[in-house]
Amino acid sequence: MDDLYREQIIERYKSPQYRGHLDPHDIQFEDDNPLCGDHIEITIRVNGDDKVAEAAFDGKGCAISQASADLLIESIHGKSLEEVKALGKEDVLDLLGIDLGPVRLKCALLSLKVLKAGVYGLGEATDDLVD
Amino acid sequence: MGLDITRIRADFPILNREARSGVPVVYLDSTATAQKPTAVIEAMDAFYRRSNANIHRGIHTLAEEATAMYEGAREKIARFVNAPSAKQVIYTRNTTESINLVAYTWARANLKSDDLVILTEMEHHSNLVPWQMLKAERGIRLEFIPVTEEGLLDLDEYRALLDQSPKLVSFTHMSNVLGTINPAEEIIRLAHEAGAITLVDGAQSVPHFPVDVQKLDVDFLAFSAHKMVGPTGIGILYGKRGLLEEMPSFLGGGDMIKTVHLREFTPNSLPHKFEAGTPAIAEAIGFGAAVDYLTSVGMDTIAAHEHEITEYAIERLEEVPGVKVFGPSVQHKGGVAAFTFDGVHPHDVAQILDQDGIAVRAGHHCAQPLHEKFGITATSRASFYLYNTREEVDKMIEGIYKVKEIFG
Repeated sequence: MDDLYREQIIERYKSPQYRGHLDPHDIQFEDDNPLCGDHIEITIRVNGDDKVAEAAFDGKGCAISQASADLLIESIHGKSLEEVKALGKEDVLDLLGIDLGPVRLKCALLSLKVLKAGVYGLGEATDDLVD
Repeated sequence: MGLDITRIRADFPILNREARSGVPVVYLDSTATAQKPTAVIEAMDAFYRRSNANIHRGIHTLAEEATAMYEGAREKIARFVNAPSAKQVIYTRNTTESINLVAYTWARANLKSDDLVILTEMEHHSNLVPWQMLKAERGIRLEFIPVTEEGLLDLDEYRALLDQSPKLVSFTHMSNVLGTINPAEEIIRLAHEAGAITLVDGAQSVPHFPVDVQKLDVDFLAFSAHKMVGPTGIGILYGKRGLLEEMPSFLGGGDMIKTVHLREFTPNSLPHKFEAGTPAIAEAIGFGAAVDYLTSVGMDTIAAHEHEITEYAIERLEEVPGVKVFGPSVQHKGGVAAFTFDGVHPHDVAQILDQDGIAVRAGHHCAQPLHEKFGITATSRASFYLYNTREEVDKMIEGIYKVKEIFG
């Protein structure tokens, strides 16, 4: 439990490294967590061989949602879009290095949901994207 | 006389449990749902062990006993809010369903395109969405009594809105976020002078201070058992007799009918007219026990205790640098303290408090428009009931200092 607020998460929350909005971008998507009003927007630039050249997130929310967005964005740099589509819940939990209950899991997975909905070009971010 | 807090706490078995080993539960979330005393749990248990049967129409002993208990609870609840008759007390699932019942029956029979419904900016979603749905369906108009910076309703603006001849004024008696206790009697009187019907969302008022429907002269009052130490799954719609009699039925099915033929039915008399299908019988009996329990403690005593705890909590919260408490000064307020903490999301505050067993709620508390009004997405909310103590407030404050340490 104390793990939840370990240094890495607090650090990422206070000083995120990938916060911003890329303009121009190739992919953009945003969504809310209706439970708490957390909001994440993700913008991505893709290079010629369909790999992530640059990515950023913007939004507001709790330490878990913002830190996981920052870690997730960091992890997709250089990945192909196919690899990004294959990311799942476990990948985000590995990045955070903690276990989460069902409510906070939604905070942690909001950025993955937004990312995958954007990369798939879907009109909405649904929960089955992160199951 | 003050409240014997040790005895009260002993009535609520859950307050003895630990969140985890060595960490007692500090329950500061009664605005979401209240804890249940042994008397309520045992009343429901005894019903299932001794008297369980379906109500009405049964001739056998168990059915008669169950019916008497179910209707007896209705009588108790009627007395609790001083309803002229138990026939005006309709069982529903909860406050939300009670409001929807009015929206589906009275409002659909009486409101047409461009008719005005006045709500307020501090409503719970349960008193917004049913009217928004009716707006989409019927083209009614919605106007809102604004909330001032201090968290009170702007009654001058309300008076101005009344010039537009509203058909209905529907408002919360007490805000579940700001804690504001609205001057219901005055709002209702002014509405009636303007020819409007009134609906009061009593989800937060009926559990916490004496509410008298005749003194208020309210047309409809909605409230839930689970926020007043009763079970979930049962609530009440009180209505004035004439209105209830004229209203069309709500859900159709068994129990709400007098006669049924293949192609037509005649509705049952009040209150059964609005109660289709087998209801929550054990829950109704539990609700009756909850009302007995609150009456035995005394609603004035409960209100005074909550007032003292709330005053203390707000004073202590405001000591903490970076904490901002929302809502009016304590004389206009029930047992709710919603707050923000600079630079820390309310979810994180709630999570860190949970490490010490302290249960507060974080989010928009089903009042998103109100949070938008104050330019925030969420708050942390501590709420208090008859079983809460100053020591619990102290624990919460210690917890908030831990938040400060972690987020530095």
